[in-house]
Amino acid sequence: MSLATPISRVRGLGSAHAGVSHFKQMRLTAVASIFLSLWFVFSAVGLSGADYTTVAAWLGSTVNATLMILFVLINVWHAALGIQTIIEDYVDQVVVKTASLIALAIVAYGLAAVCSVAILKVALSG
Amino acid sequence: MACPLRCNGALKHNTEVAVPTSPSRPLSPHLTIFRWPLSMALSILTRVTGAALAVGLVLLAWWLVALANGPDAFATIDGIVDSWFGGLVLFGFTAALFLHLGNGIRHLAWDMGYGYDAETTHRSGLFVVGFTVAATLLTWIVILAA
Repeated sequence: MSLATPISRVRGLGSAHAGVSHFKQMRLTAVASIFLSLWFVFSAVGLSGADYTTVAAWLGSTVNATLMILFVLINVWHAALGIQTIIEDYVDQVVVKTASLIALAIVAYGLAAVCSVAILKVALSG
Repeated sequence: MACPLRCNGALKHNTEVAVPTSPSRPLSPHLTIFRWPLSMALSILTRVTGAALAVGLVLLAWWLVALANGPDAFATIDGIVDSWFGGLVLFGFTAALFLHLGNGIRHLAWDMGYGYDAETTHRSGLFVVGFTVAATLLTWIVILAA
């Protein structure tokens, strides 16, 4: 039996006021990803079996490099929001949950940076 | 996003709330007790494929870095991609992408208020399954025919 007042028991259990922003970001990245993913699949099918020179020349084009950077950034963003939801749903302990969310942020920002640099390296060296 | 998997721990955070301890009273919805309607299976699969595709982004990063590192590094990863195992993994990712894409569009329709009744939901679910199978097979027929 707790001696805490009813108001102190419910404080901190309500809305974090970030839900609508999360919801909107998820939907906007989803719509962008529809078009980018179809472009990606078409491109990947076209590049199947291609050698290094062909693939490098393909990513060396300004349009393809731009779309590939957009594909990576939009999908890393979308994936990070999704994994965040999964962590928040299933990880109960506050310490483990916070550590997982920090690890997720590191991986997401890391992936975005690594992919962008790799794409630009191919695009600008051609 | 409503998902049957998330409901188990909903009350766990606040120990003041009486959590049923009797094993005779199942938590709802319980995976081992309910039959698996199509909507439930698709909901779970959408989350699972989403997580898988996130791992796919890591593999894409690996591929892009190999490409940026030159012909030798690219040849190494291309050998893996071209193997039967690499093909199997990519086939799985293709199916996962189309399922997540199809059900994602279904979710966007729900977000706008369309298709909520049970019959429409079941039919749109069947459509997503059909789209996934057809798009995945078509993609791989084109790849293997080339």
